[in-house]
This record gives sequence, structure tokens and C-alpha cells, in this order.
Amino acid sequence: MARVQGAIVVDIERCKGCEVCIPSCPTSVIELAREVNGKGYHYAYMAQPEACTGCSNCAVVCPDGVITVYRMKKTA
Amino acid sequence: MMELTDIIKEENLVYKKTPLMTDKVLSYCPGCGHGTAHRIVMEVIEELDAMEQTIGVAPVGCSVLAYEFMNIDMIQAAHGRAPAVATGIKRCYPHKFVFTYQGDGDLAAIGTAETIHACNRGENITIIFINNGIYGMTGGQMAPTTIEGMKTSTSPYGRDLKSMGNPLKITELIAQLPGTYFVTRQAVHTPAAVRKAKKAIRKAFDLQKENKGVTFVEIVSNCNSGWKLPPVKANEWMVENMFPFYPMGDIKVDGELVKTDSN
Repeated sequence: MARVQGAIVVDIERCKGCEVCIPSCPTSVIELAREVNGKGYHYAYMAQPEACTGCSNCAVVCPDGVITVYRMKKTA
Repeated sequence: MMELTDIIKEENLVYKKTPLMTDKVLSYCPGCGHGTAHRIVMEVIEELDAMEQTIGVAPVGCSVLAYEFMNIDMIQAAHGRAPAVATGIKRCYPHKFVFTYQGDGDLAAIGTAETIHACNRGENITIIFINNGIYGMTGGQMAPTTIEGMKTSTSPYGRDLKSMGNPLKITELIAQLPGTYFVTRQAVHTPAAVRKAKKAIRKAFDLQKENKGVTFVEIVSNCNSGWKLPPVKANEWMVENMFPFYPMGDIKVDGELVKTDSN
């Protein structure tokens, strides 16, 4: 069990659904949403939020810089 | 399982888009490496705390609007003339960081003369060169850097070396010139590559302070619209086909050519 818990926040309206973040995630957290944003792109979202370790790989590789990453130590 | 609202707090922030990138939506296609390259250049300038000490020169091409996205002082040069403009700026303001951001059509085709002469004179500028082997903005025509057999809108059966000539390795070419001090080739298709490319750009900017000559960072990138591939597939294609011809790594370090198997 990972001792840290991460979370990402995707700027939905700026996401272009390029999927580059999906293979870059080591714990396969990210998927594209069924819904679309205002521009008609399927945006990235956390499909398995409990698996996120906050490694920020997705944010580093995101061409549009739409991902913000948070991480904290697990308390329990 | 903790609640997301517990994690998403200011004190837990790990990574955020740098404020040196404006909030304008990038004009690039989904998955284009330009956005990543823009961001890592800006992150380096943020690390150097040189926001007000840096002047960038934007090219003509897809990244013609770079001044809209980079929240620093920018100039937009005529097609291919960015190294000449940067020379002028650097000579007027020798204490500022000056960099050009150019694509392969701009740097390796119409701007070959400016590039080679700026590198040969050893101007103290940094050149960021985005190489995707195609003219992206005008509709995917063949560029000098298009590799053998690559299909573009003006070489629909693939680049034929007999009739269309050889692809140009401009980075290796300028590494031969005495005016260049640090020449490297990087990519931005994976997180590891992005971090490595950022380190190379950081090194290029640090060396600029020491007035050693041209520092040149090539970034091999994708053009999924021009290559007619989805972004992830385009990155895979780039690894399989572009990297053997444009190998990753340093070409010239501290003014000395790096010995490799090929040279």
C-alpha cells in the first residue's frame, strides 16, 4: 500500500483529450471521460482516484499544462 | 480512503502550471509537443528567477504565437531570422537572457543562413529548436528534416532520397562550428524525457550567463496532424522512426564534440 495519496485536478475546459497523460501514469489512474467539454473534447479525469500517488508524471507530460497535482501522507 | 477535498489543498500542492505561461488556451493541436516545450522553457526561466531578465524571439510557424503564451518579453521575428534578431538584442543587452524558439521549417530551411552564421559567430544566445520533420502550420509539407520514407502532403509516397535529396541533420552540422558551446538533442514525449529536456535547457541558460557561445537544444517532437496519427501513436512512431535517425543525447558539451559510434 502506498503511503501517500495523490490527486489531480484537470482544467476541463482547457483539456484537449490528447491522451498523452494516460500511458504516462504508472498506476493507470487517468481515463478519458464519456462526457465532452465545451470544445467537444473528451477530457481526462481520475477513474481510479484511490490509486493516485501524486507523482506528477501526467502534469509534466501534459502539453497544455491543464493538470494540477496534490499529494499528502496517509494519516490512517 | 481519504476524501479528495482533504487532499486538494494549497499545502499539498506538488505541481502546477507555471505562472510564466499565460492562461490563454494554446493554439496547438491536441498532443503537440510545442506546449510541453513552451512550459519547460518557462519553468527554467522561473527557476532562474529571470522573468524580467529574459527576452524571447518567436519564429514563424506553428509557434508564431509563442508571445501570446509566454508571459515574458517576446519579439516575433521574420521567417527564419530569429537568430539574427536575437544577436541584435543580445548585443544591446548583454546581461539579459536571450533565446530563440524555432521550428524546423524556420531554423533548418529558410533560416539556415542566419542559424549557421549566428552559431559560427558564437553569439551568446540559446536556440531552442523544435524538430518534427514537417511543415505543420501550412499543412504538412515536406521539410528539410523529413526523414527517408516519411509521408507528407508533398511526398505522398514517402521521401525518396534520389529525387528529393537527403534529410538535413542541422544539429550535427552546427555542432561542428567553433562558435557553439553546448549542443544537445532531447524529446518531450514521456515524463522522463521532459525532465531530461528541462535539465538540458537549464544547462543551456546557465551557460549563457558565462558567455561561452551558442547553446543549442534540439527537441525532437511530434506533429500528429501532419503525420496523420493520433497523439499517442505519433509519439510511438517518433520513437520507432525519428529516434534512429535523430539519436537522443548530447552532441557537444563544453565546446568539445561528444564521441559516439556514428562519428
